[in-house]
Amino acid sequence: MRKVAIYGKGGIGKSTTTQNTVAGLVEMGRKVMVVGCDPKADSTRLLLGGLAQKSVLDTLREEGEDVELENIRKAGFGGTWCVESGGPEPGVGCAGRGIITSINMLESLGAYEESEGLDYAFYDVLGDVVCGGFAMPIRDGKAEEIYIVCSGEMMAMYAANNISKGIMKFATSGSVRLGGLICNSRNVDNEKEMIEEFAKKLGTQMIYFVPRDNDVQRAEINRQTVIEWKKEAQQADHYRGLAKAIDQNQMFVVPKPLAIEELEKLLMDYGLMN
Amino acid sequence: MLLRHTPKEITERTALTINPAKTCQPIGAMYASLGIHGCLPHSHGSQGCCAYHRSTLTRHYKEPISASTSSFTEGASVFGGQANMLQAINNIFSVYDPEVIAIHTTCLSETIGDDLKQIKKKAQDEGKIPAGKTVLGANTPSYVGSHVTGFASMTKSMAMLAEPKGKKNGKVNIIPGWVEPCDMEEIKRLMRLIGVKSIMFPDTSGVLNGPLSGEYKMFPEGGVTIDELKSCGDSCGTLALGEWCSADAARWLDAKCKVPCKVLDMPFGLAATDRFIDALRTVAGVTIPEEITLERGQLVDMISDMHQYLYHKKVALVGDPDQLIAMTEFLVSLDMWPTHIVTGTPGKRFEERIRELTKELPYEVNVKAAGDMFLLHQWIKNEPVDLLVGNTYCKYIARDEDIPYVRWGFPILDRQGHQYFPTVGYKGGIRLLEKILGVLMDRLDRDAPETKFELVM
Repeated sequence: MRKVAIYGKGGIGKSTTTQNTVAGLVEMGRKVMVVGCDPKADSTRLLLGGLAQKSVLDTLREEGEDVELENIRKAGFGGTWCVESGGPEPGVGCAGRGIITSINMLESLGAYEESEGLDYAFYDVLGDVVCGGFAMPIRDGKAEEIYIVCSGEMMAMYAANNISKGIMKFATSGSVRLGGLICNSRNVDNEKEMIEEFAKKLGTQMIYFVPRDNDVQRAEINRQTVIEWKKEAQQADHYRGLAKAIDQNQMFVVPKPLAIEELEKLLMDYGLMN
Repeated sequence: MLLRHTPKEITERTALTINPAKTCQPIGAMYASLGIHGCLPHSHGSQGCCAYHRSTLTRHYKEPISASTSSFTEGASVFGGQANMLQAINNIFSVYDPEVIAIHTTCLSETIGDDLKQIKKKAQDEGKIPAGKTVLGANTPSYVGSHVTGFASMTKSMAMLAEPKGKKNGKVNIIPGWVEPCDMEEIKRLMRLIGVKSIMFPDTSGVLNGPLSGEYKMFPEGGVTIDELKSCGDSCGTLALGEWCSADAARWLDAKCKVPCKVLDMPFGLAATDRFIDALRTVAGVTIPEEITLERGQLVDMISDMHQYLYHKKVALVGDPDQLIAMTEFLVSLDMWPTHIVTGTPGKRFEERIRELTKELPYEVNVKAAGDMFLLHQWIKNEPVDLLVGNTYCKYIARDEDIPYVRWGFPILDRQGHQYFPTVGYKGGIRLLEKILGVLMDRLDRDAPETKFELVM
């Protein structure tokens, strides 16, 4: 089984990209589990058709420690298993600990056992790696490959660079590697070239360029992935492409994060090219 | 009447624990660590945690408990405890020079998400762990489980040091669970008598029941060695005593090193000891030695001699799951009536197991996992008992309700003997009976009218 974690700046489209890509993998016949590691618990909405999933932590709080696997995972589009870690409402408690708790619980309940027949487990992790808890999915023995969703906007690249620092720390002690950057386009000037160059500097690759297309939003309104909502859409093909690229990916590296000046320069060079 | 505020009427509580029947995970982890030879337990958290855990163990075992701490400050809580732990490992090896450091986490380091494995790897890469020395660790957040969970996690981490070479070592792993140092000694004696070579872990005998010799040894002679732990992946089998304390470690060895395991109840009382001895006999392929048969006969003799004093006496019990399961079975076999049973450790299986053991009784027992002593006290007020068995915290209930009371379990802070006189095995069964009969007969003597005051009992 391949364990994949998706990171990236908040609002960049991690959950959307993850679910659409997972739909692509499902079409290829892969068995996938998606673990949402976000207190908002919205990482599996498109796969479940909007059905609000009862989160692991809510289940734990309401039913005590004797939780069964069937209480916390739900079957979604194409037989994917969907899990939402959940967490506290904004401003209280500790969301990071919540992620540690729910991943530990999934492990002890045997969600990753060979008998489950999974090809992929995807962790969709909130925003930056802000504390130890949000690094749980990339601790040794957990996710082994990471994809960072970014765009050509400065703050998204800044976040991607910061996440790379986290990966570097864990890569030196464990098996976690960066699999590439997924560019979720914001129609920034020279975006593709810039991210390609950025990826190269990090020592990785831009594994796919997902163009901006309002079909994504239309599918979201219908609580579906693009592939489910409109099979023949051009955007559906793009997600198929991304799924295929991940499925065939061979390039796994320890990233080399950039110094801030270097990152700024990259932005200047490409931003002012026109 | 220290607990006179306890009301008889039981109201449902969802969020409040009163007089808990459990304590912190790290206390269990620390106790298990002390069963490794030359080991300094290390608490990865703030200083107060470590101080509390050490003092609780000292109060029970009446021995100095050495342990170090990462001494978290506000800075460590914000930036992570890696720097503190690396510094600690460095200091510990250069100042105290133990063979082993056994790290357990605390609520704080767990919550901020410190990754023990990663920090340990870093210490290794930076050459902070001298050649031939070992660092192991266990995650022990106290807001999960209980002291028993911490003990089980550290015991599992010990098993995970196994380095199978593929050649059987002719030994049997024995995981005794959280029993007293003298109990571990007694288990080893029984194994020797039957002729089973063993690796016992953890093994606190010789560590926490040592002599006063005038010379202070920070690391006493006892404890399982790292070589033995490395070799436990090559053993012929594992006997794990206690589902809660020992099963995880045994099952890990079974799954990862193909060392077949058998999980038994802790050998308290007649039937559980019978099963333990039988398992040893099967492993060794011998008949049971005369000496053990004799001890068993003595226990059976004492039971039959004193049966009239035990018959249908109601008992309230509080303690840890593995101990309570064996004790309940023992009491039932004595024709006593275990009536109220509480553990602070969570786990629905506990309640199921107790119900199964007591299903032949003509009444339904009150049993609760993740319960507390307040509930036990309320149950006693509603259905009085003849005997109370539990740790030192029971003394308040015993005094308030005027119940004969036997101290058994952890912690015992106000009496002596638990360090030296085992309660496992047949001899231990005799010891338990002696204690139970002692308090029951004292009560008869106290309350008997002059005409019924017996010389011979």
